[in-house]
Amino acid sequence: MANCPSLIYLDSKRMKNDFDNSEQMQAQINEAIASKHALVIRGGRSKDFLGRKVGCTHLNTSAHRGVTKYEPGELILTARSGTPLQEIKSLLAEQGQMLAFEPPSFGAKATLGGTIACGLSGPRRPYAGSARDFVLGTKIINGKGEILKFGGEVMKNVAGYDVSRLMTGAYGTLGLLLEISLKIMPSPEQEATLVFDYSAEQAIKYVNQLASQPLPLSAACHFNNKLYLRLSGLTVSVNAACQELGGEVLSDAESFWEKFREQQLEQFQTDKSFWRISVPPTTAPLPLSGNTIIDWGGGLRWLASDEAPQTVRNTAQKAGGHATLFKNHDGFGEVFQPLEPAIKQLHINLKRAFDPHDILNPGRMYLDI
Amino acid sequence: MSQQTAIPEDQQQNKQREKRRQVVADLAPLLPKECLLHTDEALAPYECDGLSLYQSTPLAIALPYTVEQAQQVVRYCHQRQIPIVPRGAGTGLSGGALPHEEGILLSLARLNAILNIDPQARTCRVQPGVRNLAISEAVRPFGLYYAPDPSSQIACSIGGNIAENAGGVHCLKYGLTVHNVLEVTILNAEGELVTLGSEALDSAGYDLLALIIGSEGLLGIVVEIVVKLLPTPQQAKVLLAAFHTVEEAGDAVGQIIAAGIIPGGIEMMDKLSIEATENFVHAGYPLDAAAILLCELDGIDTEINETTGRVNEVLLKAGAYQIRVSENDQQRELFWAGRKAAFPAVGRISPDYYCMDGTIPRKQLASVLNQISERAAHHQLRVANVFHAGDGNLHPLILFDANQPDDLDRAHQLGNDILELCIAAGGTITGEHGVGIEKLGGMCSQFNDLELTQYHAIKAAFDEHGILNPGKAVPTLHRCAEFGHMHVHNGELPFPDLPRF
Ligand SMILES: Cc1cc2nc3c(=O)[nH]c(=O)nc-3n(C[C@H](O)[C@H](O)[C@H](O)COP(=O)(O)OP(=O)(O)OC[C@H]3O[C@@H](n4cnc5c(N)ncnc54)[C@H](O)[C@@H]3O)c2cc1C
Repeated sequence: MANCPSLIYLDSKRMKNDFDNSEQMQAQINEAIASKHALVIRGGRSKDFLGRKVGCTHLNTSAHRGVTKYEPGELILTARSGTPLQEIKSLLAEQGQMLAFEPPSFGAKATLGGTIACGLSGPRRPYAGSARDFVLGTKIINGKGEILKFGGEVMKNVAGYDVSRLMTGAYGTLGLLLEISLKIMPSPEQEATLVFDYSAEQAIKYVNQLASQPLPLSAACHFNNKLYLRLSGLTVSVNAACQELGGEVLSDAESFWEKFREQQLEQFQTDKSFWRISVPPTTAPLPLSGNTIIDWGGGLRWLASDEAPQTVRNTAQKAGGHATLFKNHDGFGEVFQPLEPAIKQLHINLKRAFDPHDILNPGRMYLDI
Repeated sequence: MSQQTAIPEDQQQNKQREKRRQVVADLAPLLPKECLLHTDEALAPYECDGLSLYQSTPLAIALPYTVEQAQQVVRYCHQRQIPIVPRGAGTGLSGGALPHEEGILLSLARLNAILNIDPQARTCRVQPGVRNLAISEAVRPFGLYYAPDPSSQIACSIGGNIAENAGGVHCLKYGLTVHNVLEVTILNAEGELVTLGSEALDSAGYDLLALIIGSEGLLGIVVEIVVKLLPTPQQAKVLLAAFHTVEEAGDAVGQIIAAGIIPGGIEMMDKLSIEATENFVHAGYPLDAAAILLCELDGIDTEINETTGRVNEVLLKAGAYQIRVSENDQQRELFWAGRKAAFPAVGRISPDYYCMDGTIPRKQLASVLNQISERAAHHQLRVANVFHAGDGNLHPLILFDANQPDDLDRAHQLGNDILELCIAAGGTITGEHGVGIEKLGGMCSQFNDLELTQYHAIKAAFDEHGILNPGKAVPTLHRCAEFGHMHVHNGELPFPDLPRF
């Protein structure tokens, strides 16, 4: 009885591909432990380019799919990790809801598991929250082959350590995600995007000023001397904000933000090292050569550059942030910002605590975890 | 079943006194005199936190003024393997700050400086002893505030909030502590300073910040925090809706959300709590209602006018027989005053009360409340319910009288029944108050041995020798085996053949 409402949304046609493959994946992990062979976890392979290159024995999650619970009134969705992200997005859209962290897919085959494992959040992130903010619970297989459940399908839960959020962005190095429960949000009634002719410096200042006022901001990016501001909310609030702020209204805004999020705009196309630099949002334009795209209201700087990696990392660190070599690298060097010794030690300890045999994606984030 | 031979009581006391003498002698050079408490009178006020059912006395209490002093204490405890229990304001409701008899209670209350406010970046850097409300008060001139607002916010410390991942009446819309903190600096079990998170929106590596929040002082001692601030909404209004049944009130919440509106807060109170608070603060709550909803809407003026209309409509359709909308801030605060005073109000109608904290899927509300009244009747106790309705967090207050022979026992039993009901409804034993010492039994029901073992492994990754708040938050497998509670977990009996030592 309790689960009835979800069936309205999860009809049999939609569920025809659903399959629980956890036993088989568990067997594969147990086998890997026995044969001391590391596994590379793969979903839709849309994010193969992210992180360091690792081993060659694959564990594929894409057969393990299906939304197992969706209750719009409770703002909760639970799905198996191999479920295509697109499937979830459309299911939510039908009910006027969305994933508020606006995850990029980087390919049609992206799965929910990969999205959460990489912990990527889109342009809405500074105003709505990040992927981990919306993760409520997970079911995982750890590196000992044990199926474990953490968190749950309720908004508030402080029983036990927050393992589910720890899994988010851990690139599968601590556990194979089996199921993920997410907090869902209603889609805004209205959106509008305003464009301003601002330099990077002006844009950063202006956007941070706006963010300390009660405005329905939902994205702010900047490139080629243009600032794009997105407003989302009730029609009355969005209209009022548009009037107050001025600027030019962008006509095909929805497609603009999609292309921006998916990095399909021309400005993202480059052969140079492509960096993701996360800094405090008020940081002035970084003194690095190359082409910069600002996202997250100043908090994220995408940089195509020939600068030496060490220069980029030092600059990011000096600004209080960190740099990731996002695209266009061979996958064998450092991808993520090296960790301070004490933090590194905690990573190593946690890796041991979850994956003592080094079976799950070892080396994907850092050489030794 | 422990095979310990009994040590005579006076011998034990002597041993304890000897230990205390040693620890005090060792700590004295590390702290100013007034920062080290060890006499019986001085220790007494720290015997318990907000949950007075559990009490014990530590060897000594350290109340450092500076992070360096705190660090000295932790280093010393690390060397000697002496347990440390961190304490903030002591408002916790799960016995998390209950002293350890063989350990030091480390109070962070005097580390109470607001170190920096950055209005541009909307951040505030504070020490752990700063009171929750003091942050919002300090940043108000900039049109900003710190969103998580536990009802205890005038007293509780931000360090304690981090340790418990505290929530408040506004968390459906603005999130819990974990959603509003950017950076936390801890003293680890060795006494080294480690910073987790940063002022950027994310950090390299694992999300250790998320892991430390809600870890109840078991993974590190929080000594500095950067919180995120939000712009103060232009306006807020509260709708007070009265219902003839709890079911209608519960359904109304779901219908508001289904209409695409996320209110700033939605709280629910049942008949007994309405009566108790009305007699106490005279907020104008309807005494004939079976349940009331308080629904706060915030935003810009035009937006509020519109949402108020919409919510009003939904509430009427859902069966509200009376709806009042606050006309000004004064009235809004009056509407809230009742809810915020619910605990003390219940304290006035009963010599003692015991506050539960389960979370359930919201649609289970009516059924769980009915079962709670059945269990209460069975144990011959009364229960008043206040409820963070938006996010399903239930606070049944069990009324009892500790002076009556077995009232306390029955209160405990009813409490356990309620936790079991929450788990069975697909929820959790604690939404915001933490496990502490109180809900260790419930943890055995909610998690199986493998999951608990994983928790212990996480603890060991941070604190190899287990000196930080030992014995709290995660039960030993031994305890779970001994005290039973191996109930059905997700419909199956977990690993019946696993050894339990
Ligand atoms: C009337 C009343 C209403 C309440 N309402 C709410 C509510 O609405 N929402 C809610 O979430 N809670 C509520 N609480 C519970 C309590 O106020 C919160 O749990 C609060 O976060 C505890 O803060 P504290 O400073 O009092 O911590 P304490 O009680 O001193 O400690 C709580 C836990 O945190 C640990 N700790 C404290 N400081 C540190 C530190 N610096 N580093 C590491 N660990 C530390 C302690 O060891 C302990 O485990 C309420 C309590 C009362 C009495």
